[in-house]
Amino acid sequence: MSKLYLARNPRVAARSLDGEMMIMSGRDSTLFTLNKTATILWQAADGATPLDEIVESRICAAFDVEPSRALQDAETLARELATHEILQVSEEPIVPQTSPAGDAR
Amino acid sequence: MCVNTTDPGFLVLLQDRYAGFVTGSEHAEIEFDVDLVSPGFADPDAAVRVTHRLGRWSLQRGDFRAEWDPASRRGWIRQTANPYSIDAVLRIVHSLVLARQGGFLLHSASAIRNGKAFLFAGVSGAGKTTISRLAPPDATLLTDEISYVRKEEAGYVAFGTPFTGELAKLGENVSAPIAALYLLAKGPENRIESVSPGEAVRSLLANVLFFAEDEVMVQSEFHSAFEFVSRVPVSRLTFVPDARVWELIG
Repeated sequence: MSKLYLARNPRVAARSLDGEMMIMSGRDSTLFTLNKTATILWQAADGATPLDEIVESRICAAFDVEPSRALQDAETLARELATHEILQVSEEPIVPQTSPAGDAR
Repeated sequence: MCVNTTDPGFLVLLQDRYAGFVTGSEHAEIEFDVDLVSPGFADPDAAVRVTHRLGRWSLQRGDFRAEWDPASRRGWIRQTANPYSIDAVLRIVHSLVLARQGGFLLHSASAIRNGKAFLFAGVSGAGKTTISRLAPPDATLLTDEISYVRKEEAGYVAFGTPFTGELAKLGENVSAPIAALYLLAKGPENRIESVSPGEAVRSLLANVLFFAEDEVMVQSEFHSAFEFVSRVPVSRLTFVPDARVWELIG
């Protein structure tokens, strides 16, 4: 199974408030509130750490879940976040891009 | 804002519509020339589009075309002789100007009481007009539909607007520091409840008037909402159509 890499889309605005991660699409102003797993993926999406490492170190450590199932679910979630242009997903490491209006806080 | 027209009838129409907000000042920050055209010049069903290209804003809807250059502070509006098109243009331009300064136009009624401004936000039917109608004599109505929220050094300030809702009554051309934002809900009793910061931000963003298809402006608006919520108390105000709700406000 090939590695999967995640990076934050620099074209969205993101803020965490009281433990809630909120993301707004710069393209159409759609507002998303991420659940705990999606928040973990967002925070770990540095373009360099493969998804299986993120799952092992952050998701399996936080939730009582079987690793292979967790990886499968995380990949599904990451690809869904990518369809909303929140994350970028690639089988190669992703070079960070610059945000048009400053990075997410 | 200065609006130039060569049509005396249209000038009177504007003076009547924006009475109380019209001054003779020659030092406008933005100046528009209005070009009145015959009906049928554009697709009447086309949705509003606000785009930014090469430093200029382009505004269009089925009933108007407009451009505005922030650098020169000048623009033009092409429309038929009706008040609704220019009203929409003015709302859009004000939303852009405010966004650059950390403020916004908000779908909310607002009023001043005891020197403080209170905002009542909600979608159509939430009760903006109702709570405006119920306002006691000592409350000064700023608007029953669209509040003008400006960020200043000391905090956020609400200004009266000529943008009316069902009440069809212009707000007063005055301002006051914002003391609270209430998210309106109708219910069996009058009460104020706290909301989580996340809900406050979501509700605020859902009621901000924002038209621009521009990533930088969208991101700016997003962060402005967080800034506002960090500085202004936001609560849910549930009320029955009863003037006693104002006993909770001020």
